[in-house]
Amino acid sequence: MTTEFTPFLSLFGGLLIGSSTVLLMLTLGRILGATGVLAGFLQPASASDWSWRAALLAGMVTAPALMTLVTGQQPTIQVPVSTLMMVLGGFIVGIGVTYGAGCTSGHGVCGMARFSPRSIAATVTFMIFTAITVYVVRHVIGV
Amino acid sequence: MMRIVSTYLIGLIFGIGIMMSGMANPAKVLNFFDVFGTWDPSLIFVMGGAILVAAPGYWLVVARPAGKPLMGTAFHVPQNRKLDTRLIAGSATFGVGWGIAGFCPGGALPAVGTLNPAVLTFTAALIAGIFTAKATQTLTARRAGSAAA
Repeated sequence: MTTEFTPFLSLFGGLLIGSSTVLLMLTLGRILGATGVLAGFLQPASASDWSWRAALLAGMVTAPALMTLVTGQQPTIQVPVSTLMMVLGGFIVGIGVTYGAGCTSGHGVCGMARFSPRSIAATVTFMIFTAITVYVVRHVIGV
Repeated sequence: MMRIVSTYLIGLIFGIGIMMSGMANPAKVLNFFDVFGTWDPSLIFVMGGAILVAAPGYWLVVARPAGKPLMGTAFHVPQNRKLDTRLIAGSATFGVGWGIAGFCPGGALPAVGTLNPAVLTFTAALIAGIFTAKATQTLTARRAGSAAA
């Protein structure tokens, strides 16, 4: 399945992601990492620690509806893989981000922006392993 | 209340950024990594754009004379700078899963709002994976504790 090259849309999306990251650090002093926010939401340390995570997640999930309201069209989600691969991939991601203490947002954006050696190492590692996996799945196994 | 409203709006900005960027579209994510196939380099602009804002932004925020966030008591920034096996093995595992499904946690969470069945399936499996890893971590820590005693 081919997808259209969207440098400007992707850059603008990236600028918004970066801005939200800075705003969360400015207001609450927190890292905007999807893994950390979700894990703390599922197993909260305290009520006040839970409420900001819930508010942040509520904002995230209402974004598609707001965009549909403004633009009049649904955001594009094309899924070229099977349900089984979604289950398998999701479970493996959950294990990996917990042990690796972060994902694309926490390590790839927040950590890289702080020049954290751990985040740089984590980001390089997962980018390489994702590329290898995509190569194996698509060109060796041929799914 | 102010804290909840502002955090909600920050989540909204993040969500709009994710949806616009293509990070919530598995076809686009997988094509970014498929250099030898249907390559779509768009996503380099996402991470590039995000870091372009976040790097100077973080620096300015932390350098503020107040030394603390506007609505909080302290900056919660990881201080650990040590590279270890757990970090690398975990990140490698994450990469394998991301390459299979095409969703990462930050890409999937805003997309949950679309109620797309694939996103809901991924997110449920993601949560199951997080709980499994947490349980395993607790178990290993307990074993290490009893071995030391």
